[in-house]
Amino acid sequence: MKARQKRLAFVAAGIVGVGIAAMLAISALRSNIAYYFSPSQVMANEAPANAVYRLGGLVVKDTLKRNPDGLTVTFDVTDMAKTVKVSYTGILPDLFGEGQGVVTKGRMGPDGVFMAEEVLAKHDETYMPPEVADSLKTAHAESMTEAAAGQGAGGAAGR
Amino acid sequence: MIPELGHFALILALGLALIQAVFPLVGSFTRNQAWMAMARPLAWGQFTFLAVSFACLLQAFLTDDFSVVYVATNSNSLLPTMYKVSALWGAHEGSLLLWALLLGAWGAAVASFSSNLPSQVVARVLSVMGMISIGFLLFMLLTSNPFERLFPAALEGRDLNPLLQDPGLAIHPPMLYMGYVGFSVAFSFAIAALMGGRLDAAWARWSRPWTTVAWVFLTIGIALGSWWAYYELGWGGWWFWDPVENASFMPWLAGTALIHSLAVTEKRGAFKSWTVLLALFAFSLSLLGTFLVRSGVLTSVHAFATDPARGAFILVFLCIVIGGSLALYAWRAPGVSGGGRFDLLSRETFLLTNNLLLTLLAALILLGTLAPLIYEAMGWGKISVGFPWFNKMFVAITPFLALFMGIGPMTRWKHDEPERLVRELWIALALAGAAAAGAVAFMPLTSGGWFYVPLGIGLAVWLLISHLKGVAERLKHKKGFTAFVSDLAGNGRSYYGMVLAHLGVAMFIVGATMVSNFGLEKDVRMSLGDEQEAASYRFRFLGVEDHQGPNYRAARGHFLVFEGDKQIAELWPEKRTYFTSAKPMTEASIDWGFTRDLYVSLGEPVGGGDWALRIYYKPYVRWIWLGGVLMALGGILAITDRRYRTAPKAAKLPAGAAIARG
Repeated sequence: MKARQKRLAFVAAGIVGVGIAAMLAISALRSNIAYYFSPSQVMANEAPANAVYRLGGLVVKDTLKRNPDGLTVTFDVTDMAKTVKVSYTGILPDLFGEGQGVVTKGRMGPDGVFMAEEVLAKHDETYMPPEVADSLKTAHAESMTEAAAGQGAGGAAGR
Repeated sequence: MIPELGHFALILALGLALIQAVFPLVGSFTRNQAWMAMARPLAWGQFTFLAVSFACLLQAFLTDDFSVVYVATNSNSLLPTMYKVSALWGAHEGSLLLWALLLGAWGAAVASFSSNLPSQVVARVLSVMGMISIGFLLFMLLTSNPFERLFPAALEGRDLNPLLQDPGLAIHPPMLYMGYVGFSVAFSFAIAALMGGRLDAAWARWSRPWTTVAWVFLTIGIALGSWWAYYELGWGGWWFWDPVENASFMPWLAGTALIHSLAVTEKRGAFKSWTVLLALFAFSLSLLGTFLVRSGVLTSVHAFATDPARGAFILVFLCIVIGGSLALYAWRAPGVSGGGRFDLLSRETFLLTNNLLLTLLAALILLGTLAPLIYEAMGWGKISVGFPWFNKMFVAITPFLALFMGIGPMTRWKHDEPERLVRELWIALALAGAAAAGAVAFMPLTSGGWFYVPLGIGLAVWLLISHLKGVAERLKHKKGFTAFVSDLAGNGRSYYGMVLAHLGVAMFIVGATMVSNFGLEKDVRMSLGDEQEAASYRFRFLGVEDHQGPNYRAARGHFLVFEGDKQIAELWPEKRTYFTSAKPMTEASIDWGFTRDLYVSLGEPVGGGDWALRIYYKPYVRWIWLGGVLMALGGILAITDRRYRTAPKAAKLPAGAAIARG
């Protein structure tokens, strides 16, 4: 083989290798992504019943309850239109708080309680996860149109 | 008055950057010596004004000048002095100023340590650095001025985010930025070389030490960040594949590939176009990292409240830098000659293979990091990419890297014989196999551990033995220890630097393998006097008491740790409440050791004096960061090699002389 052919062969092998790696990576990616849903979407049954996804919104005030003899807590998450109950076993991050934005990751339990495996922590307490900000905006807009239509679904999206 | 002075100095720095970007460059094409000679003093002038500006902001922090918005939002009169200094880069505006200052410092360093370079090259390099500076200074002045006033002035500052009040994090951003910004030098050299159409061994030799210095800073910065996350966030992880961590890891991977590719270009004249491309990538990825951190487009534990105008500005800047440099590359690179030939079995091949693997890993991480943006843009929904995916990709590629890393340094340039390699390396292979077989005996706690533990341990031993063999080979024809010392004093430093850095990788592999497969994590509820076991250690909970700090109040837990019947440690984890913030902060307590860390962090009180808390056993976790330290030391050793000290006189000239000469 001439040097030029050798180099071509090397480049071809490289491209094939990278191509295979990319295909494997993308197929693995598909099974490792978690979609985000707001409480309204969950209540409208848009979220998958049997897969891990992320649920976000505001933690409703005075709904954080601790199981008396364990590490399990429950709290309600809302987008100001709909509310979903979440249960989590473990230690909550420092910046978790009632009335604040939260993103949880887990799956829906058979009793309609979202079983979170992960509660996302933030470095900055004034920070709002972009997804949560969006879903609050959407829910707010919808409630406004409903209100305008005379159905009176109140509740301003407090931010 | 002082803040206005700082603002004004910033504007002057921008003015100088504009001149620095235009005149030396034009001069370099029209062969106007006077215009080219402007580059050095301009670089110094720009750095001086940036330093003045930085000093002004620092003064505002130290004197608690809460009439400056940035100070009022990020400092507090009760803050310890050290954190008043580090608060300067605790948020967006100040960290940009630090970025700009460091860019200016790199420019001044190039101006000082470049007397052995042709004036044309210096002029072009500094002019490209001036262009980058323009982008950042405009960004700062238009969207994020740190000197903006608050009227009426605040009586008290809002305080630095308590998470950032930590010595590790005080120096983490400057280190990281030194690395990010340092790649701008390699980038500027590459652009200058493309402009001049001169990509040769000399160019590679000039770029190498600069690139290595930047890489060393980035390595230290990343290791510090990982260490900080480990002890400060209170959940004992050392890497989360968070977008911002990825943003620092991608340039590191590209930079690592670049260092190796530059070695080939310098020694063999090969891979020229590829090396240039890597130099462009390393800096582009640094900029991308800045964009990701500052624009808030991704959900990240680092994400701070952000402003869309800033994101748009950086995005445009990013497009200009990446698009412009790639266009220049496409126009100029095809004219570059092919360079040295090499056979399939040669050091070049192994270096190229590892270069491809590093680039592939960087590309995959880029894909995973940007996937949420891509999905959202395509209307496929809002997603996040799981931690396991990144782990899978990393673990799929790095073993090959480590495997070739053992062979490459033993292989000769250009051509080698398979028999010779086998003769040199069989012992490393045999010992690695034996170590892997021995590792099977230990039951890992993870499902894939039966495979990963022997793999990791085997690869670490493989790297260790093959590099020791390489050192022995190098000294074979010389005599004993004195030969080693004289080798180290002479031209051997870059070689030993390489060995040290590669052993750092071996150390990292051991740490990551052990802690991932043998680490224990327990979330438990404990009452006074309760005991919990983790590995062979018993943790006894002696209750929680109140504790008063300089700017916080804390609930402080008390634990005794026993191994067998012997008490070996006393731990005091805290739950702090800073006066200025409503939120509590976890301060873990760690009994650290060379082969294991014992880690306790308080969760929250769950009634009746009981606490929810975390107990961790982390075997060999220190090896992860020690590996990073070894890599950085290796880099430092390599830059002190005699080859880079040609024309040492120039390097020793004081700063003033450089200006006078310019």
